[in-house]
Amino acid sequence: MPCIEARGLRKAFGTTVALDGVDLRVEEGRILGLIGPNGAGKTTALNAILGLVPYQGELRVLGRDPWTERDLLMRDVCFISDIAVLPRWIRVSHALDYVAGVHPRFDRAKAEAFLAKTDIRHTSKVRQLSKGMVAQLHLAIVMAIDARLLVLDEPTLGLDILYRKQFYDSLLNDYFDRSRTIIVTTHQVEEIQNVLTDVMFINRGRIVLNCSMEEVESRYLEVTVNPEQVAAARALKPIHERQGFGRSVLLFELTPDRISRQQLAALGDVRTPGIADLFVAVMENQAGKTKGAAS
Amino acid sequence: MNTPSNTIPELGAQGIAPAAMSPTRPFYWSVKRELLEHRSIYLGPLAIAGVILLGFVFVLPLLPHTMRTLSSLDPAQQRDALARHYDVTAGLIMGAAFIVSIFYSIDALYGERRDRSILFWKSMPVSDLTTVLAKASIPLVVLPLLAFVITAVTQSIMLLLSSMVLLANGLSVATLWSQLQLYQVLLMLLYHLVTAHMLWYAPFYAWLLLVSAWARRAPFLWAILPPLAIGIFERIAFHSSYFVTLLNDRLSGGSDAASMTGDFPFHPGMHLAPGAFLASPGLWIGLAFAAVFLAVAVRLRRNREPI
Repeated sequence: MPCIEARGLRKAFGTTVALDGVDLRVEEGRILGLIGPNGAGKTTALNAILGLVPYQGELRVLGRDPWTERDLLMRDVCFISDIAVLPRWIRVSHALDYVAGVHPRFDRAKAEAFLAKTDIRHTSKVRQLSKGMVAQLHLAIVMAIDARLLVLDEPTLGLDILYRKQFYDSLLNDYFDRSRTIIVTTHQVEEIQNVLTDVMFINRGRIVLNCSMEEVESRYLEVTVNPEQVAAARALKPIHERQGFGRSVLLFELTPDRISRQQLAALGDVRTPGIADLFVAVMENQAGKTKGAAS
Repeated sequence: MNTPSNTIPELGAQGIAPAAMSPTRPFYWSVKRELLEHRSIYLGPLAIAGVILLGFVFVLPLLPHTMRTLSSLDPAQQRDALARHYDVTAGLIMGAAFIVSIFYSIDALYGERRDRSILFWKSMPVSDLTTVLAKASIPLVVLPLLAFVITAVTQSIMLLLSSMVLLANGLSVATLWSQLQLYQVLLMLLYHLVTAHMLWYAPFYAWLLLVSAWARRAPFLWAILPPLAIGIFERIAFHSSYFVTLLNDRLSGGSDAASMTGDFPFHPGMHLAPGAFLASPGLWIGLAFAAVFLAVAVRLRRNREPI
């Protein structure tokens, strides 16, 4: 059974279309990065998956309809939807009491063990904690829940780099195993690209790229072209070109019949593109296409 | 992964291991978290009780004098003289609980959206129905019962202190106890709280909860404006004021429901009419409205996002 399966997922707010017929399938045990510009529909897609907004089309999460069965679904799904959603008035110990009270899969000892590694005191109220500590507390709660799907929507927004690194390290080392699925959105793409198994670009409510990291490696190649070979490289129709350290960096989509790895290696230094560069390339191409279609 | 497939296979929820948990547990913890968040629920009435006891200690030395002059009064006046402080106590604590109920209800489903914590609460396996019912139980059940317990304890302390002062002055406590009939009066208070505050006011609290689930800002205004607008509209369009009278009856406990809900202040031996109360259409119409308002509040909470 796939963890998430959607067909023709659509959501409009008034005349603004946030999701425009999205088809997607996420298998269990994947770590999917959902990447897109602001207002692309990332959060709407996640909210639909979490049963927070109604939608049109078919959607099944762990076999359930999220909109009508949110409470049941939340036994197997956890989410951190923003960093600042823990109620500010609650005491750390009370927050643990509450989750232990309502959540059948919460392992309090696990949460306590995680908190023991931080500076968070049980008697503190959330409003007295720093932003980073609140994120740690939320992560401690979430990691102590034996869920099958974890959804993180900008979980590290506004945190400094140390906390961000710690956050993903904890997630990978102490939480992730092959049976769980994680979906994460963030603007700090570079920080998570080594964590991901899959990546999905979304723009204007549509999925524009959807593949595993292995596929990214085999499909895309970035070439720092030798100055004298720029013209030859351009003739191969790169999908994107940028300047780096005074040299042209061209991004190619490999196609067995047209462009091969060996061909490109002859033009300069080749490497697998970073997700951020790939993202920029795909988005600018998209914008170009839309403009081309309009004119 | 995710090659968009053309067919969605029949998916069942069988892969999800059952998690044993009594259905009342989320409700219990939801009520508990309301008490953790809104400490005024118990601190408000308790503070009033504390102030009353403090004031009572100051007037206590006058009691022997009152007792000595009591014989010159007729029995009704005798009771008034002795019971006045007890009635005021019950009235003030009940009033405090009522005010806390109003402020609580109007904020209950609004505050969690304003501080965005609704996203945390919704990440827990607690249904919107459970949440709304837990919140409704605060003004409908918790606060009336709390008001009763606090009143009973406060009045018992007052009676105990009075008895000690009388005995220390060599006076009998028999008149005081027989005139007050504290425990009969407390039973009537409980009857009044159940009939008036729990049942008769139910649509009123449910309306406040509905508005607090709906309003994007200024829930207090939204709670008051529609009834006001209807009243004014009726006045202008039909030159009548049935709607205002209706609301007034509801809030004042109902002119005809007064004896049925136990009119305040209480007198021992006052006539109560639980049968008539239960048979009055006003009660059931009101409860039906309360149920509809709460159902709408549940739907709204499911749809609403943080503001």
